[in-house]
Amino acid sequence: MARYGMVIDTRTCVGCMDCVVACKTENQVPEGFDRDWVTQRLTGRFPTLQLEIHSERCNHCDNPPCVTCCPTGASHVHQNGGVVLVAHEECIGCKACLAACPYDARFIHPNGYADKCTFCIHRVEKGQDPACVAVCPAHCMHFGDLDDPGAGVSQLIASRKHHVLLPAAGTRPRIYYLE
Amino acid sequence: MLEIVSSRNNPLVDPWLHVWGWEIPFYLFLGGWVAGMMVLSGYFLLKGRERQRRCVCFALPLFGLVLLSLGMLSLFLDLEHKPYVFRLYLTVEPLSPMSWGSWILVLVYPVLVANVLLQPPALAVAAWPRLGSLSRRFAARRGVVRAVGGASVLAGTALGIYTGILLSALGARPLWNSALLGPLFLVSGLSCGAAFSHMVARDVEERTALARADNLFLSVELGLFALYLIGLLSASEAHLEATRLLLGGPFTGVFWVFVVGLGVVIPLLIQVLAVSHRIAHTPVAPLLVLAGGLALRFVIVYAGQWSRWPQT
Repeated sequence: MARYGMVIDTRTCVGCMDCVVACKTENQVPEGFDRDWVTQRLTGRFPTLQLEIHSERCNHCDNPPCVTCCPTGASHVHQNGGVVLVAHEECIGCKACLAACPYDARFIHPNGYADKCTFCIHRVEKGQDPACVAVCPAHCMHFGDLDDPGAGVSQLIASRKHHVLLPAAGTRPRIYYLE
Repeated sequence: MLEIVSSRNNPLVDPWLHVWGWEIPFYLFLGGWVAGMMVLSGYFLLKGRERQRRCVCFALPLFGLVLLSLGMLSLFLDLEHKPYVFRLYLTVEPLSPMSWGSWILVLVYPVLVANVLLQPPALAVAAWPRLGSLSRRFAARRGVVRAVGGASVLAGTALGIYTGILLSALGARPLWNSALLGPLFLVSGLSCGAAFSHMVARDVEERTALARADNLFLSVELGLFALYLIGLLSASEAHLEATRLLLGGPFTGVFWVFVVGLGVVIPLLIQVLAVSHRIAHTPVAPLLVLAGGLALRFVIVYAGQWSRWPQT
């Protein structure tokens, strides 16, 4: 079974927010809400400052606390690629998953259910890339099966220095940032 | 230096998590309070001391039914997808404390009703005389009384501990990551139960006994506060950062003044003086204990949502 993940090259990301706009358009994300977003991290000490731009979203963790805490089973790991999804008609809107996510990647949709990035599983099942990956003008985003050693994502992880977000939280995220 | 600028601005999530408002701490308070009353009532039923502890054994369960129903209403009001609430009871999720909680609540109601049936209120008996004869038959059988007592202790303990575990299972919020939160909420609930019965019991001997019990619970609660803070202070940087919310951060004043000072230390001093006959029993101490129990849940729920893993 595939294990989908994403690799994002922070050296080529320019923070244009095309990924954000593409996600909103593709998934009809309501105004005022974001399934993905761009974060700029400025570190160091003047004049040796370093700016790293991240396109962030749900990390579709291997150990997803949002799934284990869900009292109804609405938050689940999809059989196709291990993508973390929410079954809207099973969600009661208790917000435990929002509190359980260390990345604050979820929100409550105006219709009452918990919502988040789906890795555009509806596109992936048709053999397409997620919308954010497909539109990236800098080609900094890569999507594929992390368990396939021949996949582009696996080769990038094997060949480049990388990190994940909040590794100490123990969720084993599946989005890798190339340094 | 580290400066983070994010384009995300999701309601209830940014700039910091605030998904749970007054409804959840209010429910946790009522749930803990009812749990405490159930454990006390069950303990005295098991011991066969229901004649000496009439208020605890027969009045508290009735209050418990009302308070728990209020708590359930509060919990329901918090849900964002209300028509789907029945989904809680179509599955058992063994890793979700909220799922256990929903099933524990199903268990708690019949236990409380069974406890009320041991001596139903006079008004109910006047309306349904058969209820009186039924309850007399129940109450005359020692085995039935002991079974109700045992079930009450078990269901009450489960309810009290679960209200804390519900939060401590959420690893993304470091302030909640303590196994002591369950016992702390249970002891706080026991203290609220004892304080309430101290306030409403008519029998002087019963009131004194419950004030003594409350002093024990309040002392244990103080010890648990210390262990909870020590545990967080000796953990990771994320936990240290979270503890600073209560030790110098924005929740310091309300925690130390309303939860520890007015909610535990002052009523403990008043009740120690009262049980040693230096001052008369007063409802001030029990009222402070109840207010402190409510403040504890508000502080822990709000500060916990504020706490997060350092974004380094």
